[in-house]
Amino acid sequence: MAVTQTTSVPVRQSAVSPTLVLLAGWLVPGLGHVLVKKPIRAALLFVSIVSMFFLGMMMHGKIYSATNGDVLDLLGFVGQMGSPLLYVIAHATSLGGQALTDTVSDYGSKFAVVAGLLNVMAAVDAQSLANGRKEGL
Amino acid sequence: MSHFAALVVYAFFASIVFGITQRTEPKNMIRFGALCFGGFVVAAIVVSWGMFLLKH
Repeated sequence: MAVTQTTSVPVRQSAVSPTLVLLAGWLVPGLGHVLVKKPIRAALLFVSIVSMFFLGMMMHGKIYSATNGDVLDLLGFVGQMGSPLLYVIAHATSLGGQALTDTVSDYGSKFAVVAGLLNVMAAVDAQSLANGRKEGL
Repeated sequence: MSHFAALVVYAFFASIVFGITQRTEPKNMIRFGALCFGGFVVAAIVVSWGMFLLKH
């Protein structure tokens, strides 16, 4: 009778709390990866997400607000709040447009929304590295 | 910025994030990122031609 042997692979976890890594990565693009000592990935994520967001603003993309009662605006707001720091900077400096004026400004809005959603993916990836769910730490 | 340029820029940045977050090894990250980039661009061209042919 064959006997199967199971070997346990030790899971490497970060010294930093995974929740802190998640929050840091959400607030500042790439900061979560800095905390788990992945500086190249952090730099690539930072450049990609920040460039995408501000290119969206340069295309006069709309900065969505949660307060005007439109469901589609609320969804756009949730997406852009995937990167709260960039949203606050854009809001405070009046970057972007207040309304969609043409096709390019519509693209710009999508750039900013997708940048926020990509930032959420990056923050969750950093958390997965920190708690050992993803290999490579 | 032309529509195609916007598509290429979008595909480029999104593919970098997809590559880093969806794969473990650096070599696989580059491969998956390149696959995503190609997929974005090719899919957009195919859909564009599809819409053109539907209209004409």
